[in-house]
Amino acid sequence: MQLPLVGVTVMLERNVLQVYPAAESVVGSLHMAHTEWRDAPELPDFSLLKRLARDQLIFLLEQLPGKKDLFIDADLMSPLDRIANVTILKQHEVDKLYKVELKPIVSSSDQLCFLIRPRIQTVKWISDLVNADKVAGRFRRYKIIFTPQKFYACETVLEEQGVYGDVTTDEWNFYILPLDDDILSLELPEFFRDNFLEGDQRWVTTAGSALHLLQSVYGSFSKVYGIGRCAKMVYESWRELMEEGEQRTRQPEFAKVFLVDRDVDFVTPLCSQVVYEGLVDDLFRIKCGSVEFGPDVTSSDKSIKVMLNSQDKVFSEIRNEHFSNVFGFLSQKAKNLQTAYDKRRGMDIQQMKAFVSDELKGLKQEHRLLSLHIGASESMMKKKTKQDFQELLKTEHSLLEGFEIRECITYIEEHINRQVSMIDSLRLLCLLSITENGLLSKDYRSLKAQYLQSYGIKHLLTFANLRQLGLLEEQQAGETLTVMESKVGKLVNDKTVGKLTDAFSSLAKKSNFRALSKRLALVPKSGEEYDLRVPRDMAYVFSGAYIPLSCKLIEQVLERDGWTGLEEVTRMLNGQEFAVTGGSSSSEARNKTDAQRIVLVMFLGGCTFSEISALRFLGKERGCRFIVVTTAITNSARLLEALLDNHA
Amino acid sequence: MTPALSKSERIVSRTNDYTCNEMRKIELYEMGWNLKDGLRECLVAAAPYGGPISLLKGHNRRSPSARPQLEIYSSSGLPLASFPWKSGVVKQLGWTVSDDLLCVQEDGTVLVYDLLGGFKRHFSMGNEVSQSQVLETKIFHSPYGTGVAILTGALRFTLATNIDDIKLRRLPEVPGLQGAPSCWAVLTQDRQSKVLVANGSHLFILDNTACTPVTPPGLSPQASSIVHMCVSFSYKYLALLTDSGHVWMGTSNLKEKLSEVDTKIKTPPKQMAWCRRPKSQQPSAVVMWDGLLIVVGECKETIQYHLDDDSILVPELDGVRIISGTHHELLQEVPGACEEIFKIASMAPGALLLEAHKEYEKESQKADEYLREIKEQSLLSEAVRQCVEAAGHEHEPETQKTLLRAASFGKCFLSNFPPEQFVSMCRDLRVLNAVRDYTVGIPLTHTQFKQMTVQVLIDRLVYRKLYPLAIEICRYLKTPEYQGVSRVLKHWACYKVQQKEESDEVIAKAVSVKLADAAGIFYSEIATKAYESGRTELAIKLLEFEPRSGEQVPLLLKMKKSPLALSKAIESGDTDLVYTVVMYLKNELNRGDFFMMLRNQPVALSLYKQFCKHQEQDTLKDLFNQDDDHEELGNLYVKASYKEQRLEARIALLQSAVDEYYKAKNEFSAKTTEDEMRLLRFQRKLEEEKGELLVGFSLHDTMTTLLSVGLHKHAEQLYKDFRVPDKRFWWLKLKSLAEKEDWEELEKFGKSKKSPIGYLPFVEVCIKHHNKYEAKKYVSKVTPEQKVKAHLAVGDMEGAAEAAIERRNESEISTVLSRCSATTDHLLMERLNRAKATAVKK
Repeated sequence: MQLPLVGVTVMLERNVLQVYPAAESVVGSLHMAHTEWRDAPELPDFSLLKRLARDQLIFLLEQLPGKKDLFIDADLMSPLDRIANVTILKQHEVDKLYKVELKPIVSSSDQLCFLIRPRIQTVKWISDLVNADKVAGRFRRYKIIFTPQKFYACETVLEEQGVYGDVTTDEWNFYILPLDDDILSLELPEFFRDNFLEGDQRWVTTAGSALHLLQSVYGSFSKVYGIGRCAKMVYESWRELMEEGEQRTRQPEFAKVFLVDRDVDFVTPLCSQVVYEGLVDDLFRIKCGSVEFGPDVTSSDKSIKVMLNSQDKVFSEIRNEHFSNVFGFLSQKAKNLQTAYDKRRGMDIQQMKAFVSDELKGLKQEHRLLSLHIGASESMMKKKTKQDFQELLKTEHSLLEGFEIRECITYIEEHINRQVSMIDSLRLLCLLSITENGLLSKDYRSLKAQYLQSYGIKHLLTFANLRQLGLLEEQQAGETLTVMESKVGKLVNDKTVGKLTDAFSSLAKKSNFRALSKRLALVPKSGEEYDLRVPRDMAYVFSGAYIPLSCKLIEQVLERDGWTGLEEVTRMLNGQEFAVTGGSSSSEARNKTDAQRIVLVMFLGGCTFSEISALRFLGKERGCRFIVVTTAITNSARLLEALLDNHA
Repeated sequence: MTPALSKSERIVSRTNDYTCNEMRKIELYEMGWNLKDGLRECLVAAAPYGGPISLLKGHNRRSPSARPQLEIYSSSGLPLASFPWKSGVVKQLGWTVSDDLLCVQEDGTVLVYDLLGGFKRHFSMGNEVSQSQVLETKIFHSPYGTGVAILTGALRFTLATNIDDIKLRRLPEVPGLQGAPSCWAVLTQDRQSKVLVANGSHLFILDNTACTPVTPPGLSPQASSIVHMCVSFSYKYLALLTDSGHVWMGTSNLKEKLSEVDTKIKTPPKQMAWCRRPKSQQPSAVVMWDGLLIVVGECKETIQYHLDDDSILVPELDGVRIISGTHHELLQEVPGACEEIFKIASMAPGALLLEAHKEYEKESQKADEYLREIKEQSLLSEAVRQCVEAAGHEHEPETQKTLLRAASFGKCFLSNFPPEQFVSMCRDLRVLNAVRDYTVGIPLTHTQFKQMTVQVLIDRLVYRKLYPLAIEICRYLKTPEYQGVSRVLKHWACYKVQQKEESDEVIAKAVSVKLADAAGIFYSEIATKAYESGRTELAIKLLEFEPRSGEQVPLLLKMKKSPLALSKAIESGDTDLVYTVVMYLKNELNRGDFFMMLRNQPVALSLYKQFCKHQEQDTLKDLFNQDDDHEELGNLYVKASYKEQRLEARIALLQSAVDEYYKAKNEFSAKTTEDEMRLLRFQRKLEEEKGELLVGFSLHDTMTTLLSVGLHKHAEQLYKDFRVPDKRFWWLKLKSLAEKEDWEELEKFGKSKKSPIGYLPFVEVCIKHHNKYEAKKYVSKVTPEQKVKAHLAVGDMEGAAEAAIERRNESEISTVLSRCSATTDHLLMERLNRAKATAVKK
């Protein structure tokens, strides 16, 4: 059953070679670029992944020759746009493009092609469509392209609906979309809910294949670390692919890989983001690396779509900055720009000509971007410097510190009662529960009752989901467990304690946040001044109040080259950690090439921009670069919305 | 200097114009079989590359009492299989490239047997063939595999190019064909199989689409009919025999004539075959009549052999094998190297070297003379090469040894002669001699062996179940384990598991011991074989050795070992595989058993639940019911309720939820759900009375709506009935009154009793609705801690300053200061700064 996957990567490469004979030389040249020694290691060229994906897609489209209408899953539209735009699709005889809306279709084409995620619902819709055509006596050709892979369940649906023979299916192995130089996304937001809430591990092999793809294109890794159940499974699946595939000895492109489950650290994605990029995501929702700024930002009546990545010179300078610094920076930038414009004065015609041809375009571009970002930060200022926001942050910080909890509960209560924001209330409740290891029974019931009064009884299901994930819990005999544990610990030897602890932790999945925070020094001592302009550690991404747990773990493990010394921490995180030394390349790993200073971090279940910023900071401190691979970019709203139950 | 070639003859024919090819006839075996009538009245088929021979005696007898006997022999005539033929009338026997026997019946059915006589399968050549019956048939080999061509009674050709992937093609009609054509053959040209047909003197080529008449260039005009034709092994050359006794030889594309020879015999021959070694410059074909064999070549003269017995010709890549009732011989053109060395009075370097070595063995000084002669022409390396090559073409081990010794001797005088050719020839010969052995009976020439490759030879040995020899050869030739030893072992194991007489334990143990450390073994394949031969228990035992659980699952399912399959699938960590099993089980088992099985496998259960959520909601309910998971059932009902449009149905569902929650001892959820039902009823009642859209709103939203339309009484009722906290109600009312700008009512409300939310919200809400005047009314009521905020909210700087100074609170003073503007509040700022200073001091 695993064999086809190997075929997949092989096929991918073969297609490239077919369509673009030059592809091999591209692979070759990747290594050329890194021979020089630089302070920050050069990152591999991930645009190659896009080309691989595009070539395969074209190959698949050509399998259905002639004009055809293409139906695309709504959440594949943006990723597809990054890979192959409409012009390219049209070149390969795609006539009209439609969004999959699960409604009857209007299409006069004789050939229908569906580009979808392997979801039962969508496949069911297609089956209905085919059956409707059959009833109407209409003959068409149907092709379903599943991406990134097809699942047996989908084929079962086709079979059950009696259209298996009428439809041809294919796989588009589009595993990874490079969002930026250092961000790779699987664009699978449902990974989080499927894997952690529903216990459906179907995406594990997808994540494994993604790593395998990276490895086969960019070379092997010398060391792999990970923590979490899913991380372990992904590693296993990846390892199997490695063993099945041919072994290629390539210079490793990445030194280390770190796999981390989202449920190892729920605190970080639940906090309000205050770094510019994170804040833009929280407020405007960055989608697939681009954001739509509304009229309040553009100060016109139009909305403008902007790509946010390192190509945007203004954005790349402020994306990782704490929000309080951004405005100052932007105004300085505006002044500089003005000076540059002012150079025009007193120029003679020749100079003016040179100015117009050489600089003006760049300045204009910069001008446009600058005014957009200024607009955005103004709009942020309006929303976020209001007192409510300050108080919200204060409450979050108190919760993280474990300080004035009663006041916090009162604040949350008021927040709920006033119907301020459905998601924010939920977020605060979860933060409270995680940091406090669950809510007291009395508080839990009263807050829940109030929440239901505000937002309706359907959230009973939301609460059930949150409880299942350990995000919002009622303290039960939780305390007594710990007490018992320590008592038992004194009586019997360590090994048994370990087993008992496992048993206990499986009984009640506790967050242990307070203890973790102490052990890893996640929350700096209060009362100390923290200059956000000169960050001294990763805590700056949360105004100096908290170092993201996930990033701290990564830092510690890289520093220690393994989990030694972190036994207590991993025990509190429910274990499941691992560290594996890679195959052939470990011996030469010692020589510090550029590649050896690149670390790949894979977040299973999503990661936030704040975490990415924190890792970028860490990279600068340590002279290495991090590449983030994530199943999707997430934030508190996306995380919690995935757990609501009104859409299913 | 006379070459000693035992059991081989040499015929040299001399002509005036040409030097004609020299042929040699080597006896391969004295046949081990004991045939009463020789090959008379037998259907015979012998596979190329020294393959097996099949005989069907008396195939034309139709009476059921005397069933014909089908016999299979090795090339040396050792019996491999024999059984009475019970099916229909056989028209033709033939062998496939993988040593399977094809028996083409009159009705177009083709039966496939393995070479040990085991029936494998059968297939049909189509309805048209079975209706009009088979007239003639030919079995041919092409790059696509083994094909079958049939001429039907309706005089049409039907063709299948590859019997493993049958696609029948009916070729176009041949114009003017009245009866069976005089002869025909199958050609492979331009990646297509075509049929060449002769009808009298007319020749046609039939391909998929058309029937094209062709003329062989330079065919002698005396001929009025082509009576026989044959195509060379490589399909490159064609030979035609005319009724005038002329043999025309040319390229099979009919573009070039190579030669034409008159045999002077006008009776139709029994068989004709090409006999031409690769790279040879000259054509040569063999034509056989009763008791006579003629070799025709480029020269006018022919070589004639007398045959004692009925024989058949088996064309090979580099010659023709002649099989008779007693003997098996190879007729071939003498290979170049052999000719050079063994030609009488040859002065070729190889011949000299051989002689030198002979003298050397005799300890004669002549050795040095010969050697010097070669060296003077600096041809020693050429001499060695010739000897090595000639050794490869010789069948007698003694001759091989002599030649190789000579080569080795010559090598001593060469400083940098590459050893590979010599070494690999020694190896090859050792293998060839082993398989040529009488007991094995595969008379391969070295040329054939190279063409066939070791892999195929191993396969052939495996088909003959000569496992030990196959493994020896693999080890000896150092074939990579995956292609070599492991493959043989796998076949052995597949065979082993079919041995009925041994117990499961014994076989499983034997297999695991033998296969233990072999790389690339798929135990699942062996287990499949065991299962196919009806040994399920053995199959399960073997599967245990399979390290990849993914490979175990499909077979386990096939064997109906579903629980085991399920746990193996889960072990593999491949969700898709788990799904496969779950879906299979769902259809196989009854519901109760299915659920029970899932219950013990949480991973499978959660997957199935996921599937049910989209496809079968009711099944989900049953699942929860079975598990007594009342909590989840409750949730399920709640979920169903808000998809329901009709209120009654909705309430009914909620009632079910309440019941489940009680069963789950979840009082809280039960109570909340009951509240919801109450709320729904209330909302509907009010909707009916007041026409306000309410159903489905949360409690909070309901109250907001009620307040906004002035139904205060009803709002108050909800407040009391649902134990809404005071704070919420106050907030609600405050907001809605401000919304309506009902300031009077707001003031009344503010005074009704002490506000549980304090009065700062009053101030802020009024400001939000731009009523500073009203806001100010509440400033005085605000608690001291919030005074500064309240004053600031209404924009009263003085008041704020006043309050801050009074409270001597440094941070509050700073807040006020930050809001002062330097131009207008100059004095105030001074005061504040002073107060701040004292506050700090304190």
